[in-house]
Amino acid sequence: MSPFFCLCSTGSDVACCYWICCSGGLELLCDSVKMHNVNVDLENGLEQLTMKDLLAWARTNLIKERPEMFMKGDTVRPGVLVLVNDCDWELSGQLDTTLQEKDVVVFISTLHGG
Amino acid sequence: MEEGNKIPKSASSRLCCRCNERKPALKRPKTLEQICRKCFYEVFEEEIHQVIVGNQLFKAGERVAIGASGGKDSTVLAYVMSELNRRHNYGLDLFLLSVDEGITGYRDDSLETVKRNEVQYGLPLKIVSYKELYGWTMDEIVKVIGLKNNCTFCGVFRRQALDRGAAYLKVDKLVTGHNADDIAETVLLNILRGDVARLSRCTSITTGEDGPIPRCKPFKYTYEKEIVMYAYFKKLDYFSTECIYSPNAYRGFAREFIKDLERIR
Repeated sequence: MSPFFCLCSTGSDVACCYWICCSGGLELLCDSVKMHNVNVDLENGLEQLTMKDLLAWARTNLIKERPEMFMKGDTVRPGVLVLVNDCDWELSGQLDTTLQEKDVVVFISTLHGG
Repeated sequence: MEEGNKIPKSASSRLCCRCNERKPALKRPKTLEQICRKCFYEVFEEEIHQVIVGNQLFKAGERVAIGASGGKDSTVLAYVMSELNRRHNYGLDLFLLSVDEGITGYRDDSLETVKRNEVQYGLPLKIVSYKELYGWTMDEIVKVIGLKNNCTFCGVFRRQALDRGAAYLKVDKLVTGHNADDIAETVLLNILRGDVARLSRCTSITTGEDGPIPRCKPFKYTYEKEIVMYAYFKKLDYFSTECIYSPNAYRGFAREFIKDLERIR
């Protein structure tokens, strides 16, 4: 089992989303469900969803407990890696990364024993 | 300081800084370079090889036990050591050595992972348990001492357990997956506690040369993020969960602090 959960979302119509959660890791924060299909609505006036929006949305709608294990302030807790379409989000501007339809977002926690 | 420019995800205006051909997959925390997957595998493995060779960690013909918990560091360590041993002809006999502390819901699951690693990497596995060695599981110990100082007890028992397992396997050396982040935390921990004795020893790449089994840390200079990314891209099988007794550990504060510092770098 892999130690991450994955979210694929769109900002508009078609939702094609899934989360893959890991054993004993971040999945515990969302009812231990591995994969979710989510549909994130854009707020009025916004053209595209950014990671910042997605995180805020996830905190409200997906994380069922202990949000402080996943997020700190506006961004992920230090020690949580984020990949958008298998690329480090540090390459695409972190919170400013814009998301498109069928994008895949993966969160990997490094905060456990090795 | 991190660059502020946004890189349009689809445009890939930047290419891997090493090969200049492929799209970068990650930003290395070690060097802040943008690097593609293939180049990342190469530099990751080559740097570890250089650490091994440069610090003369092994001699040909040695029997080496890899402390394996089923977690990210030890799984990647077993994979990389296996690979480098083959590629560079280190001439080592490698084994997996696991410790079962008897922590329900944590260790029992991760040991299943090590058993899979035994098959996946073709390395013989030995498991030593606190129950067999000491007559106590960690769960039983915690029931008696409460939720304080658990890591202190466990750490002492674990070191002995590893020595005993290593002696059973008749190995010359033990390697563990302690990475650069772990060592940074340990340095900070020792400063905060004023433990000068430990502070002077804790960054040595090889320790215990005067004891029964010397131990070394090939991942001493390897960043945790890179270990995790390597495991992710290579789809290595590992188990990840926090030990149920760790939320009370002091190390957690050091870790949080260092991660926060890294973020503002």
